[in-house]
Amino acid sequence: MSRTDLAAQTSASARDLLGVSRLTNAALTRWLHALPGVDQVGCEARAGALSTRSVKADSKRAAIDLAISMIDLTTLEGADTHNRVRGLAAKALRPDPTDPSTPRTAAVCVYGDMVATAKEALQGSDVKVAAVATAFPSGRASLAVKLVDTQDAVAAGADEIDMVIDRGAFLSGRYLDVFHQVARVKEAAGPARLKVIMETGELATYDNVRRASWLCLLAGADFIKTSTGKISPAATLPVTLVMLEAVRDWRDLTGTMAGVKPAGGIRTSKDAIRYLVAVQETAGADWLDNHWFRFGASSLLGDLLLQRQRLRDGVYSSVTYIADDSPSTAY
Amino acid sequence: MTVIEYAPAPESRALVRLEASYGLFVGGEFVAASGPSFATINPATEEVLAQVSEASAAGVDAAVKAARTAYTRVWSKLSGTDRGKYLFRIARLLQERAREFAVLETLDNGKPITQSRDVDIPLAAAHFFYHAGWADKLAYAVPPGPGGSTPAPLGVVGGIIPWNFPLLMLAWKVAPALAAGNTIVLKPAETTPLTALLFAQVCQEAELPPGVVNIVTGAGATGAALVAHPGVDKIAFTGSTAVGKQIARALAGTRTSATLELGGKGANIVFDDAPLDEAIEGIVGGIFFNQGHVCCAGSRLLVQESIADEVERRLKRRLATLRVGDPLDKNTDVGAINSRTQLDTIAGLAHVGEAEGAHRWDTGCALPEQGFWFRPTVFTGVTQTHRIAQEEIFGPVLSVLTFRTPAEAVAKANNTPYGLAAGIWTEKGSRLLWLADQLKAGVVWGNTYNQFDPTSPFGGVKESGYGREGGRHGLAAYLQGEGH
Repeated sequence: MSRTDLAAQTSASARDLLGVSRLTNAALTRWLHALPGVDQVGCEARAGALSTRSVKADSKRAAIDLAISMIDLTTLEGADTHNRVRGLAAKALRPDPTDPSTPRTAAVCVYGDMVATAKEALQGSDVKVAAVATAFPSGRASLAVKLVDTQDAVAAGADEIDMVIDRGAFLSGRYLDVFHQVARVKEAAGPARLKVIMETGELATYDNVRRASWLCLLAGADFIKTSTGKISPAATLPVTLVMLEAVRDWRDLTGTMAGVKPAGGIRTSKDAIRYLVAVQETAGADWLDNHWFRFGASSLLGDLLLQRQRLRDGVYSSVTYIADDSPSTAY
Repeated sequence: MTVIEYAPAPESRALVRLEASYGLFVGGEFVAASGPSFATINPATEEVLAQVSEASAAGVDAAVKAARTAYTRVWSKLSGTDRGKYLFRIARLLQERAREFAVLETLDNGKPITQSRDVDIPLAAAHFFYHAGWADKLAYAVPPGPGGSTPAPLGVVGGIIPWNFPLLMLAWKVAPALAAGNTIVLKPAETTPLTALLFAQVCQEAELPPGVVNIVTGAGATGAALVAHPGVDKIAFTGSTAVGKQIARALAGTRTSATLELGGKGANIVFDDAPLDEAIEGIVGGIFFNQGHVCCAGSRLLVQESIADEVERRLKRRLATLRVGDPLDKNTDVGAINSRTQLDTIAGLAHVGEAEGAHRWDTGCALPEQGFWFRPTVFTGVTQTHRIAQEEIFGPVLSVLTFRTPAEAVAKANNTPYGLAAGIWTEKGSRLLWLADQLKAGVVWGNTYNQFDPTSPFGGVKESGYGREGGRHGLAAYLQGEGH
């Protein structure tokens, strides 16, 4: 299938799903606005209730290892250097040098110009290289630039592309523009899996998060992702809950699974485990795998390792025992 | 496939120190039991927790006399500010000993520790804080009495409370009664007397004047003796409609006033434009919270026919994540049924539901071998003429009915002798307000269910009783004047 065929194919599936002969902004609007609303109070109460689950001892050990294996270890700074990226890659490959049984992280997430460096450092491992693209973090560039940005990262060896949607277009109701951009970037990403960042902190309402989630899924997203990490609030549990409901219902509707990636603001093991509980009780245990759920984070890894060491040794360690070549300030 | 196991996370029982047996709490002292006693058990294990005295008519009489003495000699002479100080002190002590109360409530009642810890005990303390604030502001709570006088208390209140929220129901009676200047004789339910007896210790710790609060334990006969006692000025009862009717009959023609908070068959009405994920949570919380032992439980789900299948599918999927078991485990969502008697009632009505042709469904989850348990159960294909649509089951059993139009929803929701609570789920504000107006229920929740707050009046219409608890309305029911 040629590249142009893929975007056309996505449009055709979308028409089919919506039951329309032509995919127009009006048709998309009707479809998205017909989704059930999200009651803010109820949604936040549910997230709060999920946070009360108690995960201890062996279950906690397993959950921590699972969380480590789901991390997209990230550095997205103007001051990034090749050495810093190599340091991050080394950390991803061997998060805890005192304990080789520690799982590797899922991926290393960098800007496009660092992909080759990351790829080389991770060569031969199963740790993926993810590149942010499409004029990250604002997304304010022409589609042509976004496509080239994407192709460039893929050509450099990126296994995954983390794109941003045009929030301006979304908020002004130009859903079709967002759809086309996602579909075209997906096409440009070729074999790379596409994560679509919705920047939920800018979408402001849970209704918008739900609509944006469905829009991205319809446009071919392999993953829906909360945030760039550059905007506050970044990931929250209620927002992630709404996204988990979206991928669950999307699978009910289409039979296709899509991943979810909360990014930014998740710093502690306790937080991470709450997210995993939400995954299990909302989308289901099928999603408890780094193919379907990721954490975009960097400082989270340090706390997971501390907790892991504590469960192993029975005493609390300290950050001075967490080897880190590139302590990040990104998240 | 990876699954996160929730390892057992039991709350420690170490905080709770139980006596082998308890007497009555009369005149500020525990009075050694003279008559018969009965055992109170942990419904999750059937373990005997303690022996509790059964107050005879003489025991009740002693308690009422102690309350009368305390009223005339001490409590009615205190300023509102001073009464408020005692109530604040009790509220703080409840907070300080919250964990102990929560564990004891869970042991005696069977409810999950997360609910006693996060709902029952904090709300009980909140009721004392709220009413403590009113104690010196009664003139602002209700219209002034004759000649602009400060509203006067009634005197001695007899409180009779159920087993579903033992300490919370105690707080609903004791806090407003004391704030308004009354003294009280309280009878907790026979299956859940322990937190009331621990509360008696809190009264001692707070140095509440002796006789202001008296606790008489016992069953129906003890309650009847309290109702029949001529020295009681008001009966505040929460419990079944059947007993409420007996009380109303007993009090007819006497000078004793009453507030009755009775049973319910709450309709939880879900429209096709509802926020669906949250509505599912509201349906689950509405009926399975506290094992369905909730007078205002949303035990009838009225769902618009166009989304009935979708709601049923989502509801069943959600029920699969409910964890039934050890109430002391922090990961338990649904605990034990409070007593064998209640379990038999629930099982009996569920059997009737099947026999009448409704479709019974549950998750088939494993249940502990000891104790009293009932799986969260959903009946679909229920119609108004089924007994499970009419009778209060007071257990984790949901009856699902459908409607086609808003008018039909109103008609079905109101087609019951009860009128305590209802829920409405719709994103359309105008419909929500219109419907709330049409429903014959004391409490109507919009896009939520089972929310309680001391500032909000609670109570029923029709056979769900009369009088309000909470808020200014609740306070007025403990003062002479408009409340009576």
